[in-house]
Amino acid sequence: MKSLAELQAIKEKMQNKVALRDGSGEMRVVVGMATCGIAAGARPVLSTFVEAIANEGLASKVTVSQTGCIGICQYEPVVEIMEAGKEKVTYVQMTPEKAKRVVEEHIKGGKVVAEFTLANKA
Amino acid sequence: MKELSLNILDISKNSVKAGASLTQILLDETDSTLTLQIIDDGSGMKADMVATVTDPFTTTRTTRPVGMGIPLLKLAAEMTDGSFHIESKHISEYPDNHGTKVTAIFNKNHIDFTPLGDVPASITTLIQGSPDADFLFRHTLPNGEVSVDTRELRAELSDVPLDTFEVILWIEEYLREQYEALK
Repeated sequence: MKSLAELQAIKEKMQNKVALRDGSGEMRVVVGMATCGIAAGARPVLSTFVEAIANEGLASKVTVSQTGCIGICQYEPVVEIMEAGKEKVTYVQMTPEKAKRVVEEHIKGGKVVAEFTLANKA
Repeated sequence: MKELSLNILDISKNSVKAGASLTQILLDETDSTLTLQIIDDGSGMKADMVATVTDPFTTTRTTRPVGMGIPLLKLAAEMTDGSFHIESKHISEYPDNHGTKVTAIFNKNHIDFTPLGDVPASITTLIQGSPDADFLFRHTLPNGEVSVDTRELRAELSDVPLDTFEVILWIEEYLREQYEALK
């Protein structure tokens, strides 16, 4: 069974990492988590991003956060990816499977998955 | 909503939005009923807001004048011949003990009862989305209980944020293991 003491180990590991983190190319993944997003399946999409990014060792350069309603509820779950110096990419009607591809091809590989973007739907 | 725990995730976000420093999510389960209480110490609402908050055309969202969070939870409870109640104390009238308390009671054996679904994922997602707020989650079942208190986690982690990837994955696993132990 997990015990709270295990958090001590995570803490020590993270505190050592903080010193190394300066200057990394920051990327932000933002998942729409208002009522509309949640009802459309945003929770497993968010979980997939968190897991895949951690497993791929991308945790130091990517943050995953949540936002409210973006206003395009019919396209939920919506995920936005922001990166310094680049245009924001909006992915729509996301699923855990699509999220895995976005991590692999876009976040890791640097290539936008055009077929999942809002621009592709409009 | 396909899972009741998604309603819980959705509604609890209102507490964070209201500036709650602590939001308690309490599930009390017997063989036939499930009682959900969400108690926060946020800014609370005035009586006129409380009176209209179950109306879908009352919302705090700014993208459109419709909000479905509370109406959906109320509906989910009432569909099972259960009940829904919300009470609130606004900070302007109750400077020392303001906040909101939502109580929903469900009849688990009713055919329209929505299962709780993936509670560990929903609670973890709630914490991930608001790492600066504190949550006490406690699910009391006939054969034991599952709980997590972010204040305790924070005490162990000191300045490491709750939404650190490894911490989030740890919290989800921590909850899953507790449920597994009750099976």
